[in-house]
Order: sequence, then C-alpha cells, then structure tokens
Amino acid sequence: MSSSIAQNLRIAAVLLVFLVLIDVISLAYADKCICPPYRNISGHIYKKNVSQKDCNCLHVVEPMPVPGHDVEAYCLLCECKYEERSSNTIKVTIIIYLSVVGALLLYMLFLFLVDPLIRKHDPYTMPLQNEEDSEDVRPRVDGSQGRGNTVLERVEGAQQRWKKQVQEQRKTVFDRHKLLS
Amino acid sequence: MSFVCGCIPIKRLSATPTEETNDAGNLMDFLDEPFPDVGTYEDFHTIDWLREKSRDTDRHRKITSKSKESIWEFIKSLLDAWSGWLVMLLIGLLSGTLAGVIDLAVDWMTDLKEGVCLSALWYSHEQCCWTSNETTFADRDKCPQWQKWAELMTGYTEGAGVYLLNYFLYVLWALFFSFLAVSLVRVFAPYACGSGIPEIKTILSGFIIRGYLGKWTLLIKTVTLVLAVSSGLSLGKEGPLVHVACCCGNLFCSLFSKYSKNEGKRREVLSAAAAAGVSVAFGAPIGGVLFSLEEVSYYFPLKTLWRSFFAALVAAFTLRSINPFGNNRLVLFYVEYHTPWYMAELVPFILLGVFGGLWGTLFIRCNIAWCRRRKTTLLGKYPVLEVIVVTGITAVLAFPNPYTRRSTSELISELFNDCGSLESSQLCDYINNPNMSRPVDDIPDRPAGPGVYSALWQLTLALVFKIVITIFTFGMKIPSGLFIPSMAVGAIAGRIVGIAVEQMAYHHHDWIIFKNWCRPGADCVTPGLYAMVGAAACLGGVTRMTVSLVVIMFELTGGLEYIVPLMAAAVTSKWVADAFGKEGIYEAHIQLNGYPYLDQDEFTHRTLATDVMRPRRNEPPLALLTQDSTTVEDVETLIKDTDYNGFPVVVSHESERLIGFVQRRDLILAIKSARQKQDGVVSNSVVHFTEDAPQIPASNPQPLKLRRILNLSPFTVTDHTPMETVVDIFRKLGLRQCLVTRSGRLLGIITKKDVLRHMAQMMNQDPESIMFN
Repeated sequence: MSSSIAQNLRIAAVLLVFLVLIDVISLAYADKCICPPYRNISGHIYKKNVSQKDCNCLHVVEPMPVPGHDVEAYCLLCECKYEERSSNTIKVTIIIYLSVVGALLLYMLFLFLVDPLIRKHDPYTMPLQNEEDSEDVRPRVDGSQGRGNTVLERVEGAQQRWKKQVQEQRKTVFDRHKLLS
Repeated sequence: MSFVCGCIPIKRLSATPTEETNDAGNLMDFLDEPFPDVGTYEDFHTIDWLREKSRDTDRHRKITSKSKESIWEFIKSLLDAWSGWLVMLLIGLLSGTLAGVIDLAVDWMTDLKEGVCLSALWYSHEQCCWTSNETTFADRDKCPQWQKWAELMTGYTEGAGVYLLNYFLYVLWALFFSFLAVSLVRVFAPYACGSGIPEIKTILSGFIIRGYLGKWTLLIKTVTLVLAVSSGLSLGKEGPLVHVACCCGNLFCSLFSKYSKNEGKRREVLSAAAAAGVSVAFGAPIGGVLFSLEEVSYYFPLKTLWRSFFAALVAAFTLRSINPFGNNRLVLFYVEYHTPWYMAELVPFILLGVFGGLWGTLFIRCNIAWCRRRKTTLLGKYPVLEVIVVTGITAVLAFPNPYTRRSTSELISELFNDCGSLESSQLCDYINNPNMSRPVDDIPDRPAGPGVYSALWQLTLALVFKIVITIFTFGMKIPSGLFIPSMAVGAIAGRIVGIAVEQMAYHHHDWIIFKNWCRPGADCVTPGLYAMVGAAACLGGVTRMTVSLVVIMFELTGGLEYIVPLMAAAVTSKWVADAFGKEGIYEAHIQLNGYPYLDQDEFTHRTLATDVMRPRRNEPPLALLTQDSTTVEDVETLIKDTDYNGFPVVVSHESERLIGFVQRRDLILAIKSARQKQDGVVSNSVVHFTEDAPQIPASNPQPLKLRRILNLSPFTVTDHTPMETVVDIFRKLGLRQCLVTRSGRLLGIITKKDVLRHMAQMMNQDPESIMFN
C-alpha cells in the first residue's frame, strides 16, 4: 500500500539524515588556557590543539613566560578549558533544520493560497479553516471520485484524509478544548 | 466477588472492511471510513489490557510451536524475540539524533536574536568566540567576529540608539519565532502543543489518542520546539522531548507486527521510549529510567526496566557522539566540583526545600486556574494572539535584565558554576586579595564587590519575573516544558541564599554556627551548590518527583557527595507541597482535561458496588442481549439507540443469569460482515450466542451464530463488594467495565468512567469533568 511505502521512505530518510550527521563529523579540538597577570608578566591566552588528556597548563602554555621554579605557581593560576567542535556537524544540522522549516513554510503557503484556487471547482472539498459544520455531515470525497488508482489520485486521496484528520485534531484542541488545554 | 482468571481469547473476525464506497445504510456512519490497519479500538477509548495480553500469549505460543517445524521458522522465532531489542536500539538512535539537532539549532537560534557570527553564519555566540584569536588577558571576553545586529547595521557599538535598536530587533525576532511556531502547530499538527507528559501518562495507562504519536506530530513538535525555546519564552524542552521520543517509539513499533497489532506491547515500548527522552534531555540515563518508572508509566514490568535502560543508554551515547555542547557532555550545565558541604548548611538547604514546596503549590494552583480560564472563556478562542502577546511581554521585560536576556539554560549554567578567580562576570565580582595565590578551585571566601550586590538585585527581579511569567506560559498552544523554568527559579533562589550565607560566614566568622566549621581563609560555602539544591527543590515541588529527581540531579552534576543535601531538599519540598495539595502538575492537568486516568492513590471510602453501578434507580434498565432470542434487527436497533461500549448477554430476560459480555465494535463488525457474506441472514434472523442453534421452525430465516465474539469470562463482582476492592481490581487489571451480580442475576455494570466519577465525587470535585470513557 502506498501509505506503508511512504512510511518506509520516511523512515529511510530519517535514518539517512542521522547517518549523514554521524559521518560528517570532522572534529576540531583545541585547548584554551587563560593565564592572569602574574607579578610583572601580563596576562595571556594560549591556544593549542591538543587532546583532552594533554589539556593542562604544562602542555599548552608555550613558551613558558616564567622560569622553572615558578612554573607551578604560575600554572596554578591558569584556567584551562578543553573544547571539541565539529563545524561540519553544526553546519549540516543548521542547514537541514532551516530547509525543513522552509519546506514547511512553503507547504503552508501552498495550502493557504494555491490549494483553494485549484480546488475551487470541487464542491465536496472542505477548506483548511475550521467550519461550524456538525459532526454528522461528512462529505463523501471518495464516493464522488470513485476508486482512484493512479498515483496522483491516491496522493490526493491521502492528502484529503490527512487534512480531515488535522481538522479533527484542530477542532478537538482549539475549539472544543477537549484535549491539551 | 468472583474472579475468573484467564480470559478466553476472543478471535477477531477476519472482516475486510476496506472497500467502503457505499453501504447498506443500516449501521453507524463511522463504519464508512476505512478501518486502520492497526488497532482494534476506537479513538478516545480505553484498551482492554487482558485481551491484549492474551492475544500476545497466543501469538507467542503459535510462533513457539511453529519454530520446531523448520529452520526457517526457528529463525523467525529468534527474530521475533529479538525484535524488542532492535526497536529499543532504533528508538535510542533516533531520539539521540533528534535531541542533538534540537540542541544545536536552539543554541544557534537563541543567539540569532542578538547578533550573528560573521566568520561562520551557523555558529552561536560561544562557538564563534571560541575560535577568536584574542591573546591578551584583558581582551579575554572580547569577540569581534560576533556582532550584534545594531553594530552590523549601523557600525556603532555604544549609545542609546544602539541599545534601542538591539532591543527592538530582539523583540522582533522573538515574535517572529513564536508566531512561526504557533502557526505551524495550528496548521499541521495541533496535537503537538503543550508538554505532552500528561497525555503520555494517560496513553500509557491504556487510553487511545489517535494521531498523538504520529509522524506529523513528531516532525512539527521537533521543529516548533526549537522555535519556541529560541523565542525566549519561559519554557523548557524536556517534556516535549519525552513526547518526541514516544513518537519515535510509536514510529518504530509500526515496523513490527508484534508491536503494531498489540496495544499492550506497544505501551511497553512507549515506556522505554519515555526513558530515552528524559535521558537525552538531561544526560541522565538512569534518571530517565527512574522518571519513566515513577512519573510516566502505569505498568512497568521488570522486562521493561532492562529495555528502557538499553534505550536510554543508546540515546545518551548517540547524543554524546553528536556532541552539541562541545565538551563531550550531554547537558549544558554539567558541573563538577567536589568541595565538601557541612552539616550546618542543612538548615539553608531545608529552607530552600520549603521554598520549593511553596513555589510548587503556588505555581500549580495559579497555572491550573489560568488554564481553566483558557479552556472556558474567550481567552481560548485566540491562541495565536495569546502566544504573540505573551512572547511580546516576555521579550520586552526580559531584555533589560542581563540574566533574563540570555537563554534559561545558560542562566542555570552560570548559577550552578562556582566563581573561579578569572571570572569576569558581575556575579563573580568578588574583591580579590592581591596576594592570593591559591589554585583556581580552592578559593577562600571573599567579600562581595559592588558587582555582586547589583547582580543580586537583578537576580531578585529575574526571580519574580520568572515566577510570574511561567504561570502564563505553560499550557499555551506551543510545545512547552516545565523543567527548565522550575530549575531556573530554584537556582536563582538558591544562589541568592548561597551568596547570603557566604557573606555571613565571611563577615561574621566568629559566630557560633560558623566558628566550628569555617575558618577564615578557607573555602566554606559554595553558592553554586545552593543553586543546585534550590533547583532540585523547586522541580520537586512542582512535579513531586522523588527518587528520579535526586538521581537526575546527581547525574547532571556528577557530585555523589551532594546526594544528602539534594535528598533533604527534595523530601522537604515534597512534604511542604503535599500539605497543600496532593497532585503534581501533571496529575493536575490530567484532572483538568478529564482524562480517564486512574491514579495509584488509595481509595478509602466505605461505599459499595451498588452505590456506583449503573443503572441507577431512575434510569432506564440495563441494555441486554439474550443468548438466543434476539433478532438481528433488535441488535441493530439497540446499537443505534444507545452508545454503550458493550452489552451483557444473559440467558433470558426473565432469569437474567449472566452468560458473557460482547463489545459494541465486535457486534457491528460481525453483523455487517454476516449481512454481506452469509446467505439467508436477514433482519428477522435470530442471533444466538450458544454453541448450538436454537430450535426454530424451518420456515424461519437462518440463525446467526455470534459465539465467537462473546467474552465468556467477564469480570463480575457482587453488589456488596466494597468499592475499595473494585477500584483495586480496575487499577491492577486495567479493566474497562465490570458487571455486578447478586445471587447469579445480573444487576448492573460499572465502567471505568463511573469509577472515576465516583472518585471525583468523593473528593468533592466535579464528577461531570470526566470527559472520556
């Protein structure tokens, strides 16, 4: 059935997205040590690409501004922080998210503007906004079109069913306040 | 009281109802729609737990017996056994991925309200500044690559005009995000609004809400959650993440017929998915499992415990590998200090617990009152406008105060963290001893500088603001969670108390209470710990969690030594809050919506089954079917005239001895299929539930045998059974209805709705508020 194919396609798309996210991880890590002013040495920030176990003052602060016996005292004052970033992951995630939002926005505009124009001639279609019709009136969309066998008609049928579902949900939540109030 | 254990499995008729172009017009309208492939229950009804269990046992027995036939069958039985674990793995992977996406997107979009990173547009403020190349100590907080909007547009960084322009753009972005969120929710998936935890609790107790865990709900909830959190509203993402994880669970259930066709098994998977959701929200796998056990699930067998743990671990591991916060941690406010606490500090901790309990009570009462107003008055007719107005007010009031301008998670993170010697924020503006040369995490108590005092004022204002605005935010028609705002309130209160104690200990170190444990020059008081304890107290006061709260908090912080303060605060806040009202926020919302949720509280009244059963004295008599004297037409009339979910079957109208119980949906399906398929079945045909057809003359039409849909072992109690026992039976067995007999004769019926109404009445609540069956 088309719905299970669509369902499997969606699941595959989701898994693909997740795999892409994992694959594009290109790690960039760095250690940043902030050392305050000490005696007559001004404060400085040191950065170096080291792994987490090497993230301490001794490895990162180079060249060491104080002589050997003062190193320990100096290093006690410094604060070192380790961070690992994957800029590709961030970029891909943000781009995917924005494209999903954009697609939803476009679909919403389509449903509000273009769809009513297309379906102006079909008297059985219910528009997207809520109506005050009673529950017993259910226009027989399937009945008027018979059994649609082509892909387009099946998609249209699925879309009509989905719209009806969303309308029911909207009535339950927004109008009758039966759920989620 | 008579129990008949072990239901006889009811075999479903293999009706094929999908060609629904036209019908005979005899029966209900709802049959016209194509039946869903899965689920044999109607929307907004309760499942029959025993039936689902016996169906699963049947299926398992069949597979086991067939597995001995051939290797292929054996492999299939192995796959069936392992499918549960596979589902858990998939749920963990998808929830972790979605949580990572949400975290990264929220990070970026929250900072988008204030400015943009010029070197890489997709970096948030912190990520942008990490890559900056400042080298001097004085410049350690400067970050030229990240520019605020006013600076980008006008080129200036200081001035009143710049401030106003930043303010205006902040409010504009916030309004844009929230408007987008509420529009998407309204147009595509109205079920995606709210927290989700009350509805999931109800679903897990056996209720059916079709579409609540659907794919569109999943997509819209994920997308709009990011928008809602980024718009600066006082809400969190933990509750909605539980909903998202349960949607993932539902999604993967549909891949396996073992779970998609059995509502009881599906709920086991959903319990585990809820654990995975909390696990990624807090980075606390064990806490997630305990949360699912304590708050969300209804039946939690041991098998589910192990599987939930697996799902939570996989989800946490997936999130860690996406690494949204750059430090291999799962939560933004992971702190890891090990300074000890002292016994005398239990006093302020308990005070924080009392504060948490009081705030919890206040919040629940005010929020429920506001939600009730939204439900019943004109306010509920303008959801989009409401969201926009609340966002506008929040943004306008939040911008001036630097503690509310940033995202709540960042605020909590700053409050939890102790002040190092190099911190330059206002909260850490302590007067440093210039000769001090102690290492960074053992700084002695210092006197507060002026920055600390102004920070305290701002924090107090932030506290009041957050307390008030969260009441109006939770429950709006966008995804909204409650954990982060509660933790923020508690953290602010805790930090204020902590700084107060710290300054008292410094300035009055010769008082008796401080002399014993606090020498001058030592690091006695850690205000960050007070913030943590305050957060735990407030969260406990609102949700009434106990064990799961403590475990989540110490998994969040890694501080096992702080279990005792956390427990003290959590227990105190629960006691104080329970003194005012028994329900947590989720139970209160369940009651507000009238969901059929039978909670685990004890029923202590002395009523009997006769007091609750239907029909009452002034009601029409019970609608019955006889075992062999009803005609098809009578049955159809009965179905059309009443809307009961099932009918008892008795021997005859005179003797009224009980034979069994038949469900409405099964009757409708059976009669429809019989009319279509079997010859000779007309309106005058006699319906019989007996094994053999009744003796009828040959000229009468053919009788219709419906024994297959009859439940021969309905639960019955006698009329003098105490309601305490009846409620216990309903709760433990998950019944939908129970028949009441006296000396073998059928007297009446008690349904779950009747039980709930009775309990509401006993507690002096409105029994008419129970909406669902």
